[in-house]
Formats: sequence, structure tokens, C-alpha cells
Amino acid sequence: MLTIKNLHAEVEGKKILKGINLEIPKGEIHAIMGPNGSGKSSLASVLAGRDNYTVTEGEVWFNGKNLLEMSPEDRAREGVFLAFQYPVEIPGVSNINFLKTAVNEVRTYKGLPPLEAKEFLKLTKEKQQLVDFNTNLMNRSLNEGFSGGEKKRNEIFQLAMLNPSLAILDETDSGLDIDALRIVSNGVNKLRDAEKSFVVITHYQRLLEYIVPDFVHVLYNGRIIKTGTKELALELEEKGYDWLKEAEHQKESV
Amino acid sequence: MTSDTIMIPFYQALTEDVNALAAPQDSLQELRRSALQRFSATGLPTLKTEAWRFTNIQRFLKEYPYELTSTPATTTAAVANEASIPGLDAYRIVLVNGHLQADLSSIPEGKGIRIGAMSASTDAPGFAKWFNQHAQVNGEPLADLNTALFGDGLFIELQANVSIDKPIHLVHVYTSDRHAFIQPRHLWVLQRGAAATVIESTVHPKQEAVAFSNSVTEVVVADNAELWHYNVQQGAENFRQVNTTAAQQERDSRYHHFNITLPNTPFTRNNLSVVLHGSNTETNLKGIYLATGNQHVDNYTFMNHLVPNCNSNEHYKGVLLDNANAVFTGRIHVHQEAQKTNAFQQNNNILIGDKATINSQPQLEIYADDVKCSHGFTAGQFSDDALFYLRARAIGEEAAKALLVNAFTHDVTDEIAVPALQDYIQGQIEAIMNN
Ligand SMILES: Nc1ncnc2c1ncn2[C@@H]1O[C@H](COP(=O)(O)OP(=O)(O)OP(=O)(O)O)[C@@H](O)[C@H]1O
Ligand SMILES: [Mg+2]
Repeated sequence: MLTIKNLHAEVEGKKILKGINLEIPKGEIHAIMGPNGSGKSSLASVLAGRDNYTVTEGEVWFNGKNLLEMSPEDRAREGVFLAFQYPVEIPGVSNINFLKTAVNEVRTYKGLPPLEAKEFLKLTKEKQQLVDFNTNLMNRSLNEGFSGGEKKRNEIFQLAMLNPSLAILDETDSGLDIDALRIVSNGVNKLRDAEKSFVVITHYQRLLEYIVPDFVHVLYNGRIIKTGTKELALELEEKGYDWLKEAEHQKESV
Repeated sequence: MTSDTIMIPFYQALTEDVNALAAPQDSLQELRRSALQRFSATGLPTLKTEAWRFTNIQRFLKEYPYELTSTPATTTAAVANEASIPGLDAYRIVLVNGHLQADLSSIPEGKGIRIGAMSASTDAPGFAKWFNQHAQVNGEPLADLNTALFGDGLFIELQANVSIDKPIHLVHVYTSDRHAFIQPRHLWVLQRGAAATVIESTVHPKQEAVAFSNSVTEVVVADNAELWHYNVQQGAENFRQVNTTAAQQERDSRYHHFNITLPNTPFTRNNLSVVLHGSNTETNLKGIYLATGNQHVDNYTFMNHLVPNCNSNEHYKGVLLDNANAVFTGRIHVHQEAQKTNAFQQNNNILIGDKATINSQPQLEIYADDVKCSHGFTAGQFSDDALFYLRARAIGEEAAKALLVNAFTHDVTDEIAVPALQDYIQGQIEAIMNN
């Protein structure tokens, strides 16, 4: 599904990603962990097409297509979804209008007719229940004045509405209480199937008890320095990152 | 008089012989003559005129050899229909170059309602009392020029406590086979407790000749009366306009003015002034200017607080694409007696075009001490974060920008109290942005 080869990227002249290699087959869940500032969100941004990042080297292939050559909207239409670490508040754009536009853009791209008002409403109701998303929030401005948890739930709700084949969740668990975490994870688990892949960026092993990953990668200083199974997350929770950082610095000095 | 002004053909003719009036022979001869004398003495504004610092009116007047004309013309239903607003249930009144065209108009009738051509209304009590009384009309060069030579326009007078059941949709059609300088003149009087909604639209049929309109609308909102006044300026490439709207409010009255300027009229100047004669009034001045190409849009507003306990709220929002230029002046004068005034003003802009510019100047003259006044100005680009967020949700760049522009203008469009008009304006903004 997704193949990242030797990806290098910089922002404002600063090298952030320094050679990422990652293969995500369809149906798998990959977790990415790593200390603050290691480049996790940057990787997500580069995959989603944020244009303040410059890719200086490497390739990204998504379902056989060159992802880096596509506009952000085309990536989304092809099935890439980024749940933002910090969802943006957009006053004046109603949540429901925004969703309708987004859903229909994807449909148009796929050669499908736009959803009738009735069908759209039905879909909305169904997905709303999936993530227990408050109906009152639907008619409000996009994320405006939403609590941290409501914003994160809105991201998962959008994910459910757009039904992408690759979902990148950037710290969707941060700021969620345990109930919300369970709801969000349940939502993800219900969406999960053999055709879909997930990249789950998190600082907490707790999330990975609900959304069980096939692999766990550690990103540090713009590189993946370790890959393991879900047990690696437990180990990181216990020991922190220092042992990995040290090993990495020793490698560098050799 | 500078040598420049002499290049404007009709101006030359005017100043050569003040007495050779081309004006209609009506009962207003004396008034017209003195207005023309005042105009000749002042001359046209220059860039040195304080209120015209960023708009060179003479440049626009010299663009074409305009002829002063007040000859009536007629139009067709098809042309008038270009101003249609889907779903709007209103009395449509069509003016062609200021002249009422009855066969295309449905004029509200009833006890206490008098609506008709200005030329047929000089005997109305409201006319005698209020015509040419506003200080911002009497003494301003372009308004004086209008007073001297105006052709015709729409007179409205509503007697006490009369309200019209539907909005009036006033469609201005400008048409001429030669480049024409056209001067309509309107007077709308709402006596105490009266209420009305007027929506103005402009149509300029596609033709080679250019029309320059210099219109003046005087508005009187008497005690406890309320007027919702919308001006939708869509116009056309071969149209230019100076609009002077001068309102006076008596005690407990409400005046809501919305000025929506959209493409493609190359030159627009709106003079909007409101003078408050009675206390406990509410004034809302709301504006949107969405300009493209080489459009020049200048909004000059003047809130004149003469008496205590009045509230004025002004909010103008600009979206400037391509090489568009906009000017906003927000003059607020709070006189010494006008204690407990609330006067707020905001001007926000998004500059999208690389060469788009905005000149914004608040002018606060506050002589009372117990007042709440504020003003603010912003000019910025689209938020990259917002744009990326929308695009990451499959929304194309143009559509995303359209959503953001609509979002930016929503606090003004949300207050449009006629739902069909609100939908229309929001739809127009979206369509322009998607183009
Ligand atoms: N626009 C920018 N300009 C300059 N530096 C940036 C910019 N965006 C990100 N960075 C830097 O890139 C590095 C990686 O940031 P990134 O947000 O990818 O980290 P992260 O791994 O997601 O961290 P966290 O766990 O705190 O979310 C940081 O040093 C950050 O300061
Ligand atoms: Mg991050």
C-alpha cells in the first residue's frame, strides 16, 4: 500500500527527515513512537502534502502511484487521511457543510455522483454514532471552540465519513480521557479491515492496548532507529528512549 | 481649477456658462442653480482633497468623453431580470437611468404609502421637508453636481406606522448608446414608526458605451422607524459609479445599511454618511467588497453622532484578488453633547492578489468624554493552516479558498435579514471564488 524509500525533508532550511524507510502493506497497523521533536508529525505532514516541507531526497509510493507528485487534495481523494495532532479551527465554515463538500469531492474524483441530502444525512448519523460525536457540534463552525477531546473525536468522525484506505493518526489519543479513548479506539477498530492500513503516532502504550499494532517503529532525529512488535511499546513505556538514543549516538560516532 | 479638470468635456461646458443649465425645467431651478454655483466654486476633488486621498476621481472621469444626459430610456424585462434574486418575494421597481419604468415595476400601494418618480413627487410633504437637507449632500462637489443636474429617481414616503409587507427590490438599469454621465436622485422618507426593506441592484446591459453614474440617495428614518437598506453592486465592465447615500435618523430609529460590492465594475466610490439627530438610535453599517482584476473600490463612511445615547456599529470586510485596490475610510465624529455614545468600527481584509492593495483609515473625532468607541483594522492572507486542513480533506484549492472567503465574510452575510438575499450573496461569493 505505502512504500517510503530514503525520505529526506526539510522545513525552512532545517533538515527534519533524514532517510526514512517504511513499508506498510494493506490491512496492517503500524505505530510510530519517538521523543518530542523527532519528526513524527513532520513525516505525517510530508505524506499529506503540506507544502512548507521540501522533500530533498527519496520516494513515496501509494498504491502504485507517486504520492509526492500529487496535490494534498488528490492524495486525500486517493485515500490518504491525516488525523491532525492539532486540528485547525475555522470560524464561519460549518462542520456539516465542510463534510458534505469533502465527501462529495472524493465521490466526484471517483466518478460517483454527489450524495443526495437524504443519503448524506443517513451516512452522517451512522458515523456519528460510531464515534459518539455530539450532534450539536455538527452545525457549529469547524472545530471552533471545541474542547481538545471534541476536536480529536471530530477527526475520527471525518475519518469514518471519508473512509480512506490509509489513515495516519497523529497523537489522536493525546488529551483524551479514558472513556473518549475507548470510544475513539472502538471507532478505529470498527473501521479497520483487510483493505485498510493505519499509521498510529502516539506517545502512549495505553492506546496500543486498544488499537493493537502489527509493528512499532521508533523515530528519532529524523530516522527510524528501531522496529519491533507491540512488545516494543511496553519496553519503551518502561525504559524510555534514552537507551535507544545512546545506541544511536554510538552508531553515529563509529 | 486645475488645467486637468478642463480635459473633462462636460465639466468644461458646465463651467463656461453656469447659467446654461442642461437641467430639466422643474420647480427646483433655484436650488439647482445654487448647487451648480457651489460646484463650480469648489471644482472636482483632487488627491489633495482629504476625503479623496486615494481615489483620483478625475482620472476616472477622463477615461471616456462622457456626455451629461438625463434623457429617459427604456429597457426590457429580460435586462431587468438579470438582477433577479432567486426566491426573493419582493416588489420590483425598475429605474432606467433613474427614470421609473412603470410597465416593469410593481409599486406597493396602500394608505400612507407614496412611491413614485421624484419628478412626480415634488408636491409631497416629505419632499418639501427633506429634499437636499443633508449636510453631506449640500456642499459636497459630486452631490452638488447631482443636485444641479439630476434627471430623476425614486421617491418613497411612508406615513406614520406604515410598513410594507415585502421588500422593495429596486433595480437600476443604466443604458446609453453613447458614453454617458448619468445622475439619478432618490429620496426615501420613513415617518415615525414606519418600516421598510429596500434592496438595490444594478444592471448594465452589455454594450460598447460606458455609463458613469453619480447617484445620490437621501434617507430619512424618523422616530422609531426602521429601514433595512441593501445595496448589491455587481455592475459590469463598462460601468462606473459614485454613490452618495446620506441618511438622517431621529430618536429611537434603526437604520441598517449593507453595501456589497462584487465584480466587475472597474470604479466604485461609495459615500455613506449617517447623521443622528435623535437619541437612542441604532445604526449598522455593514460592507463587503470582493474585488478582482483592476477594480478600484472606495468606501467612504461618516458616522455623525450629534446627540447622546446612540449606538453605531460598522463592519466592512474586504477580499482583494488580482490587482484590485480598495480604500476604506471610517470617519466617526462624536460631538461634545453626544455622551454615552457607543461607536464601533472594524475593517478586515484578505489580500489574495500579489498586487492587491488596501488603504484603510479610521478618522475618529471624539469630543465627548463618556463614550465607548473602538476601531480596528486587519489585512492578511489566507491562513496556511486552514487551507491545508481543508485540502487534506480532499477539498480542492479553489473550493477551499471559496469556503474560507465565505467564512471570512459570514459575520456580515449572516446578518442579512432577507434569507433569499443572504443565500444569493453567499452563493455569488462562492461562485466568484471558484472561478
Ligand atoms: N515550520 C517549522 N519551522 C521550523 N521548524 C519546524 C517547523 N515545523 C517543525 N519544525 C521542527 O521539526 C522538528 C520535528 O517536529 P515534529 O513536529 O515533526 O516533531 P514530533 O515528533 O511530531 O514531536 P511531538 O512528539 O512533540 O509532536 C522539531 O524540531 C520542530 O521544531
Ligand atoms: Mg507531533
